[in-house]
Amino acid sequence: MRKVVYEVSRSPELGAGGGLVHAPIQPVEGEALPEVDGEIGGGTMLINIGPQHPATHGVLRLVIELDGETVIRCTPHIGYLHSSFEKLGEYRTWNQVIPLTDRMDYLAPLIYNCAYAMAVEKLMGIEVTERCKVVRVILMEMDRIFSHLLWLGTTAIDLGAFTVFLYTFQERERIYTLHENYTGARITTSATRIGGMMADLPAGWIEELEEFMDTFPRTLDEVDTLLTNNSIWVGRTQDVGTISAEDAVNFGLSGANLRASGVSYDIRKDRPYYDYETYDFDVPVGEHGDIYDRYLCRMEEMRQSLRILRQAIDRLPDGPINVDDPRVILPSKTAAMNDMESMIHHFKVVMEGVKAPVGESWFSVESSKGELGMYVVSDGGSKPVRWHVRGPSFINIAALPHMIEGALLSDVIAVNASLDIVLGEIDR
Amino acid sequence: MTSDRFEEGLEGLDQGAPRSGARAAPGGGWDAHSDHPSVTALRGKFGEAALRHEIVAGDEHIVYVDPEHVFDILSWLKDDPEQSYDFLQDLTAIDYGDGQRIQVVYQLYSIPHNRQLRIKADLPIADLELDSVYHLWRASDWLEREVYDMFGVVFRGHPDMRRILMPYNYAEGHPLRKDFPLRGRFTRAEQTRRALSMKTEDHYSPQELEWAKRLGQPLPNVMEEGGPGVPNPAMPGVGGA
Repeated sequence: MRKVVYEVSRSPELGAGGGLVHAPIQPVEGEALPEVDGEIGGGTMLINIGPQHPATHGVLRLVIELDGETVIRCTPHIGYLHSSFEKLGEYRTWNQVIPLTDRMDYLAPLIYNCAYAMAVEKLMGIEVTERCKVVRVILMEMDRIFSHLLWLGTTAIDLGAFTVFLYTFQERERIYTLHENYTGARITTSATRIGGMMADLPAGWIEELEEFMDTFPRTLDEVDTLLTNNSIWVGRTQDVGTISAEDAVNFGLSGANLRASGVSYDIRKDRPYYDYETYDFDVPVGEHGDIYDRYLCRMEEMRQSLRILRQAIDRLPDGPINVDDPRVILPSKTAAMNDMESMIHHFKVVMEGVKAPVGESWFSVESSKGELGMYVVSDGGSKPVRWHVRGPSFINIAALPHMIEGALLSDVIAVNASLDIVLGEIDR
Repeated sequence: MTSDRFEEGLEGLDQGAPRSGARAAPGGGWDAHSDHPSVTALRGKFGEAALRHEIVAGDEHIVYVDPEHVFDILSWLKDDPEQSYDFLQDLTAIDYGDGQRIQVVYQLYSIPHNRQLRIKADLPIADLELDSVYHLWRASDWLEREVYDMFGVVFRGHPDMRRILMPYNYAEGHPLRKDFPLRGRFTRAEQTRRALSMKTEDHYSPQELEWAKRLGQPLPNVMEEGGPGVPNPAMPGVGGA
């Protein structure tokens, strides 16, 4: 393993304005200081990080055995946020499960809403309208940017770069506003319904989104300038938390974590849904599998999402947003209030819920964090027999001990941040 | 306002959705013309151990297998170059509530061949044991623990078979079983009492208790910062940049 040693200038020069100018820290190749042999310390110690710790991104708890600062082994403990979403889902009708999905990943709620609706629609054999497809693509790509921005900000703050956090959270706030203008909620969006959306996009929403898309790349470029060649960032991320392509596949990593290791597996390309094959976009793939490559992949994914968003807005067709299918969609309010049949129909769909045929479906989409699979099993009733979520964070974080064994304690924080986890979904 | 299709659908509203779900392939559950190459190969290789084949939701292939042969079948599916299902997408279980069986589900994906396949094994509720696939796909590590936690299926050969989402001293059973009530088996008061009386050891796995014993070190207290004599781990330098 290449060891990075820093040469820090200890005599700062005075700049033109009289301020201190620190010489840039240059990583140089070389050997670190020789190991101090067993006279000092000796033996290892067990420490506990979390569940209440700002750098664990939620309530993750790590028990780490340390030899000095080196991690010998690590066991993650999860479940502190367990809300038994899957059990709750079995007591709710198909549409009532949707609010549970956005509480799983509150960092990209719309992707979860869409993925769940898509799985149930596949089970029911419903093809959503063209407009609905494009709207869902727009929402999912918007939330990919939304989630990556949080990842970028929090990872940077974990590594000491506070400025980036402020930049990205300002941009996130604008997406929160877009969420709010469409769904009425900032985080708990619950935007989809089986067979469509809860409502069509409000007037002027696309223009707001375009406004965001016009100015957002500038912020992204600024963040790029702050980090990509920043020697502290490079030193803390390159060759840290490395995982080989083979291991990454074996550990079931997905999303940017897998692609940073050089495996080009993106569901949008490999098993396209919602006409992703007709959008022109690239999937960034890294080669080293370290934190830095994950960072580069996610930065590029945000730019590619912008490309997809532009194409989606261009092709956004008019027409109905909900399918014309009385099994799942309510009659219009006017009809329900004026004729008896529609009122009975309205009553049945609301009180009994949508009924799915006997069968099951396992459907996955590319969420911001990786492969998000939704497994729905129906016995023909209006409630799922089983609703299971293949959470990308749940499987990604399981690889953490493998990545940090032999690393330094400070790297644990960096690697954990780089995996882009959300505890709501890990703990279910 | 409503279209003809809408009117037609109204008629059949009572019957629920049309059955677009499972269709068993003809020929004793085995479709000779199955367009999924792995299904045919699997039947050829394992014969009777592969019980039946089913296609659901249009294009999803399921093969039901004998639980005794799950490990052999899965390891062949992973290692055979014609199959190479190198990516374990999902591992979960289903309780259909019939009190007879728990169904374990493996969802596999082959990155080289871009193919998906679902393998299922029905376990009798009296004998919930199955070989672990931990050594085939490390991705199964936590997934198997989750199935154990939620359904009580024990995976033989898993190096660290313990609860994952529920507390280690949880005594109410396996929550995703259909006979488990939504609010748990104990009363609210009992649940609160148990939660408050958790000791430090209850937060650690047996393995960690062993490490601590070997090191002769007191266990760090989880609910306090740091714990006895142990400094709080390095906080990232907030505001440092």
